[in-house]
Amino acid sequence: MIGARILLESLKREGIEVIFGYPGGQVLPIFDQLYDFDIKFILTRHEQGAAHAADGFSRATGKVGVCLATSGPGATNLVTGIATAYMDSIPMVAITGQVGTQLIGNDAFQEADVTGITRPVTKHNFLVKDVKDLARTIAEAFYIASSGRPGPVLVDIPLDVQRADTEFIWPEKITIRSYQPTYFGHPGQIKKAAKLISGAKKPIIYAGGGVITSGAHLELKELAEKIQAPVTTTFMGLGGFSGRHKLFLGMLGMHGTAYANHAVMQSDLIIAVGARFDDRVTGRLDDFAPGAKVIHIDIDPSSISKNIRADVPIVGDAKNILKQLITEIKKLPDTAQWLVTVEDWKKKHPLTYKDDSAMLKPQYILQQLWELTKGDAIICTEVGQNQMWACQWYQYLTPRTFISSGGLGTMGFGFPAAMGAKLGCPEKEVFNIAGDGSIQMNIQELATCVANKINVKVLIFNNGFLGMVRQWQELFYKKRYSYTPITSPDYVLLAQSYGAVGMLVTKKSEVRAALQKAIQTQNTVFIDFRIEPEENVYPMVPAGQAINKMIEGLA
Amino acid sequence: MRHTIAVLVENKFGVLARVAGLFSARGYNIASLAVSETFDPAISYMTIVVEAKDEKVMEQINKQLNKLIDVITVTDFTKKDHLDRELVLAKINFLAKDKPRLEAIFNKFVGKIIHHKADTAIIEAVGDQHQINELLEELNKFGIKELVRTGKLAISN
Repeated sequence: MIGARILLESLKREGIEVIFGYPGGQVLPIFDQLYDFDIKFILTRHEQGAAHAADGFSRATGKVGVCLATSGPGATNLVTGIATAYMDSIPMVAITGQVGTQLIGNDAFQEADVTGITRPVTKHNFLVKDVKDLARTIAEAFYIASSGRPGPVLVDIPLDVQRADTEFIWPEKITIRSYQPTYFGHPGQIKKAAKLISGAKKPIIYAGGGVITSGAHLELKELAEKIQAPVTTTFMGLGGFSGRHKLFLGMLGMHGTAYANHAVMQSDLIIAVGARFDDRVTGRLDDFAPGAKVIHIDIDPSSISKNIRADVPIVGDAKNILKQLITEIKKLPDTAQWLVTVEDWKKKHPLTYKDDSAMLKPQYILQQLWELTKGDAIICTEVGQNQMWACQWYQYLTPRTFISSGGLGTMGFGFPAAMGAKLGCPEKEVFNIAGDGSIQMNIQELATCVANKINVKVLIFNNGFLGMVRQWQELFYKKRYSYTPITSPDYVLLAQSYGAVGMLVTKKSEVRAALQKAIQTQNTVFIDFRIEPEENVYPMVPAGQAINKMIEGLA
Repeated sequence: MRHTIAVLVENKFGVLARVAGLFSARGYNIASLAVSETFDPAISYMTIVVEAKDEKVMEQINKQLNKLIDVITVTDFTKKDHLDRELVLAKINFLAKDKPRLEAIFNKFVGKIIHHKADTAIIEAVGDQHQINELLEELNKFGIKELVRTGKLAISN
């Protein structure tokens, strides 16, 4: 069997149903095999779109996403997508063609040192020099990508390896002596954590993407209800705890709710589950939650005590550890008074916006979207104001319903990711909340959507600005709007020219009907919402401030 | 503070780049680095001397190294019994009449002449860092023309 075929047979063994990618000179043997192979291939219009689509597919389904590109520019175009997946711990396998082994290092046509370029943005990568190693390498790549703290793995396959012939031997079990993730928490540490929880008066659970990765949402709910602790999630954790639960405080951090931030700052115990105390969450580190002890549960030891020192570090899988912890807690803390205080913050500092303007407000659109879908949809976003509003004004009830680039903050992510999510979950309605800046970064994927009948609904919050940067310029650079005003094409005509459906909405009164029509339309839909141009995202913690020093916008 | 760490890694191409890349990407400083195959050709041994400003940085270095797929074990020798040695080769100015003076030095300090010609000699010395530094001070009185050091090698005892 030739290498190219071995690759596809290996993907099949891994249960792969769809590959996103783009052909090219150094992957010709693979594409020749794909021609009549039983795996769906989605031809994107840019390799970056393929990487984000594989990522979105993975976030929506929990399975490993796969993308494929040729050497050189094909591979370098994947890099932003790989880095995006890496920062958010998304399991993904990227396959790239490489020039023949005899040519490597000769500056051959379309040659790039792809393993070198992607080393800092992959969990691991491989250059396969011998076809005999190919099947095992693919198996290892999937194992590494999906185990422990997941992440993208790249496999670079030279042209001659794709053509070379060998026996196909699929390894049934993979063990790597130098890579053995810890899945169960140390019993001694669990005991210590349980003791801290029993003695706490003002505990708060701070949950991150790890809850979603490990499928620990039910255990999280059980723990929160058992110890009656309020729950805040990170951006990556949205959907890990029901947005409608009475113990839920919403997202914390730079654009989190005021009450989540106050609660964290005043707490005496933070139970961090699968989160990494990122700078957007903690604000000024020295001022963060001064009275709180910290229990930190994470599968990645290097995430623990990196930014905030943990009093009780517990390394392992969130689901296992929460189960262990729930059993271990015998004496329940009395949090009644604490919950009253938290409720009070909720009442005094609700999320709010001025809705008296004649202009269309993005928050209102999201509220209408909630009314129409009630959480039964996948919401993808681009990056910037659109993304933060989507965090604040839509309630995520279940895991994998909120898909957005967190760590890297990649504009242009949302649209191709929505495409991948829709392919992974065809029964779900998939929306991409976009800005007029971000949508123009991967707008070419309209062609992919229409050609493959991938019906995603793109809601463009069109304010004529790169809105988040403009907001910072307004607040911190004396309104000097340096290169943030941005023009757009006529999105209605643009969508039509691709064979999709375009709509224009300028008034509040048109929002609901437009959204309903989009949901009913069996096609890709672009809605161009002309929103208030200078609407800001509030609350906001200025960079480098403590997270209770928020600008709340309005009284 | 300087830490000497031993890193056992899979002997595969690109491993050194992964380790070096980790240090440069996170802004950690490598003072010296010695790498070679062990008796098991599938495993390489790296002795790395790092400058870490505090314990927290050292803890991160340790954890980040362990996170690399090809890293098998990481040992920080700072709080462990160990022996370390460095090999230096020094080319110094040398005339035949200097021989007794040099030999007197070698009675007190580590080192020996392994090669000499009309005006230069090459000195080889193996020792811990303190011994090597003492020797180099003495040798510098002759004038060191070239100097090459392996960096520290360390092993637990």
